[in-house]
Amino acid sequence: MMNRNNRIYLDYAATTPLADEVVEAMLPYFQKEFGNPSSLHRFGQRAEGALEEARMTIAAHLNCSDEEIVFTSGGTESDNLALRGCAFARREQVGANHLLITAVEHHAVSHTAEQLARHFGFEVEILEVDSQGLVSPEIVQNHIRPNTALVSVIYANNEIGSINPISEIGKICRERGVPFHTDAVQATAYLSLDVEALNVDLLSLGAHKFYGPKGIGALYVRKGIPLLPCQTGGGQEWGLRSGTPNIPYIVGMSTALKFVQKNQANWTTSLAHLRDWLIEQVLKRIPQSRLTGHPTQRLPNLASFVFKGVHSQKLIALLDAEGFACSSGSACKTGNPSPSEVLLAMGIEPELALSSLRVTLGRDTKLEHLESFVDCLIEKVVQLRG
Amino acid sequence: MSEKTVVVGMSGGVDSSVAAALLQRQGYRVIGVMMSLWSEQGREKVNRCCTPDSMRLAKRVASILDIPFYTLDVREPFYNQIVSYFIQGYQSGITPNPCVQCNRQIRWGALLNFALSLGADYLATGHYARIVTDELGVFHLYRAKDHSKDQSYVLHMLTQSDLARTIFPLGDLTKSEVRQLANEFQLPVAQRAESQDLCFLGGEDYRSFLMRHLDELPPSGAIVDTHGRYLGQHQGLPFYTIGQRKGLGISGGKPFYVVAKDLENNLLVVGSKEDTRKKTFTVTQVNWIGGNPSVSTLELTVKVRYLSPFLAAKLRIQEDGSCQVELSEPYWDITPGQAAVFYQGERCLGGGTIQIVLS
Ligand SMILES: Cc1ncc(COP(=O)(O)O)c(C=O)c1O
Repeated sequence: MMNRNNRIYLDYAATTPLADEVVEAMLPYFQKEFGNPSSLHRFGQRAEGALEEARMTIAAHLNCSDEEIVFTSGGTESDNLALRGCAFARREQVGANHLLITAVEHHAVSHTAEQLARHFGFEVEILEVDSQGLVSPEIVQNHIRPNTALVSVIYANNEIGSINPISEIGKICRERGVPFHTDAVQATAYLSLDVEALNVDLLSLGAHKFYGPKGIGALYVRKGIPLLPCQTGGGQEWGLRSGTPNIPYIVGMSTALKFVQKNQANWTTSLAHLRDWLIEQVLKRIPQSRLTGHPTQRLPNLASFVFKGVHSQKLIALLDAEGFACSSGSACKTGNPSPSEVLLAMGIEPELALSSLRVTLGRDTKLEHLESFVDCLIEKVVQLRG
Repeated sequence: MSEKTVVVGMSGGVDSSVAAALLQRQGYRVIGVMMSLWSEQGREKVNRCCTPDSMRLAKRVASILDIPFYTLDVREPFYNQIVSYFIQGYQSGITPNPCVQCNRQIRWGALLNFALSLGADYLATGHYARIVTDELGVFHLYRAKDHSKDQSYVLHMLTQSDLARTIFPLGDLTKSEVRQLANEFQLPVAQRAESQDLCFLGGEDYRSFLMRHLDELPPSGAIVDTHGRYLGQHQGLPFYTIGQRKGLGISGGKPFYVVAKDLENNLLVVGSKEDTRKKTFTVTQVNWIGGNPSVSTLELTVKVRYLSPFLAAKLRIQEDGSCQVELSEPYWDITPGQAAVFYQGERCLGGGTIQIVLS
C-alpha cells in the first residue's frame, strides 16, 4: 500500500488546489486591505479598487464589459441566480412560463428547475441527449417556444466531459429571442469563454475548478437580459446580488483566471495527450470496459468509464486505499447510490451506470502517475469482479 | 517645501485622468473628486459628464494612481442654478450657455469650496488653458498651446481668487500628447466620442427637454420677415435659436433663417442668411480677469460662440460696466445669452453675456 504522502489526486473536476500565486494574491485582503468596498473612505476605496480590477480581469477573459459580471458564492449560486432570476423576470415581463433544460445538467440547474416547476408553476421541459451525452441544436430548435423563459445547456458536463455545441444552440435562442444560459463551471480551465462567440446571455463560473478558492463564483449577465435578484439587500453587484462582496476570494478568482490564461494552451494539449493515453490503456487492458461520453469532443482532462460488474463505490474506496483519488462522477456520496441521471439519459442501463469511474487530470498529473494508476485499476477491477 | 495638496476634478475622461497623473508625478498630493450632476430621472445613464460608467472609470483611474477619491453630490445646486437657468433662459428668449454658468457656480463654486474644505491648496481640472502670473503677481488666462482644444472661452469668468487656486496641467500639451501620456501612465480611457452637447441633455435635442420642463407651453405666434410681413406660425419662441434654418415650416423661395426673436410681440423674425449677419451688440455681466481696463475703448478680438473664430472688434466700456462691441466685419448668428469673450493675442481678457444685438 502506498504511503499517505504519496497520494495521487485524479479528481480535478471535483475541485483543484489553489495555485501559489492565488493564495499570495488573496492574503493582503484578509487583514491589511480589509475594507468594505461600499465604504467611502480609503479602506473602502482600496477594497473597491481590488474588486473592480478583479471584475475587469474576468470581463476581459469573457470578452464582455465589466458591468456584465456579478460575483456570487460559486457555481451553484450562479446557476440558481441565472435560472430563478431569469425565469421570474421573464414571466413578469412577457408571461414566459416554459423552461428548457437538458438531461445532462448539473443539479444546481436541474434541481432549481425542478423547484420552479413544483412550487412556482413553471413548465420545465428536459431535452434528451444522444448516446454520447450531447445536446443537438436541432432538438433545441424543435422544442423552443414563444413562451420559453430561458434555455439552459451545460457547456461541458462534469461527469462525462462532453462538450456541447453552445455557439450553435445560442444562435437558435438568439433568433427566437430567448435568453440562453450555460453552466461553464467545468469548461473554464480548458475552453474559450468568449461570450460573443458562444452566443450566450448568462454564463456560470466557479473558481475552485480552476485553481481558485471554493465559495466564490461569478455569473455573466448580458446587458439587457432581465434578471430578478434572488438575494436582496444593500444593492451590491448592480443590485443583482446583495451582500458585502468577498474581496479576498474575488481577488483569488481573478488571479486563478490569469493562471488559466497562462496555462490553458499548454494544458489543452498536454492533458489531452495524457487523457488519450489513459483511455487507450483502460479500454485495451480491461475487458468489458467502456468509455462514456464523446470520444473526442470532451474536456481534455476528463476520462470516464463504466466497468461491467464493478460497483463504483467500492472501486473508489479500493483505489483510494492505494492512494489514488478519483470519483464515480455522480454526485451521490452516502447511502445507497442511485445511478447517475446523466448516464441513464445516454441510454446506459441502470446497473452499468452504477459502475462508473471518472478520472480527471490537472496541472500536476504526470504520465508515471497514470501508469501506476492503470496497473492498480486493472488489479482492483479484477478483484471486484471476483 | 511641504507637499501641496491639489484636488482634481475628475470625469473618467482622458483629460482629467492625465491631469491627475501629471500632478502626482510633479509631487503634489492628489485627491480625485467627481461631481454627480443633475440628470433627469431615468436618463442618468446618458448624462455626458457623470454616467455611472464614467464614475466607475474615474474610480478606476484613482485606484490605479492610488489616490483618494470622493464624489461630491451637486445635483441640487446644479438643478437650481444651471438647469433652471437654462429653462428660464429659453423661456425668456435667450440661448443660455449653461457650461459657463456651471464653471462659475459649480466648478469654481461648490467644487472649489469642497476642495478647500478637504485642506487642498489648489483645484485642478483637465481644461485646456494656461494661467500666467505677471511680475506684479496678477494672474492672467491664456489660450491653450493646442489652439484646436483651447477652452479659455468657457473659463472667461474666472476671477483672481479663482485663478490663484487653480491649476490647468494640460495647458501646454496637445491632445495627442495627452493621449500618449495616458498610455504611458497606463490609464484606461473610454472610447467615448467627444461632444459639445450639454451634459444633462444626454444627446437629446434641447427642444424635447424643454417640452417636458417648461411650466407652461409657450404660446405660438407669427413668423414675420424683416419687413413685418406674415409668413406663418411658430410653435413658441423658446423652440427656435438665432440662425436656425430647419424646422421653420415656411415653404417656397429661398431659405429663411431666424434673425431675431421679438419677445414683446411674440414674433419670430426670419430673413435671408445675409440678414443674420450683425456687427454691433452689447455685453453685460462683464468679468475682466486682470482687473478693469484703464481706458474706455479697446481694440481686441472677440469670440461670440465656443467655436466661433476670433473676430476683430472695437469695444467701448459704458458707465455701468457693460460693453458695446462693434465688429470690423459683420458675423453670423450673434445670439443673446451666449458669451462674448475678449482676447488680445493669446491672452483672454475676460468676457460677458451677449445682451442685445443692435445691428
Ligand atoms: C458543471 C458544474 N456546475 C456547478 C457546480 C457547482 O459548483 P459549486 O459546488 O462550487 O457551487 C459544479 C461543481 O461540482 C459543476 O461541475
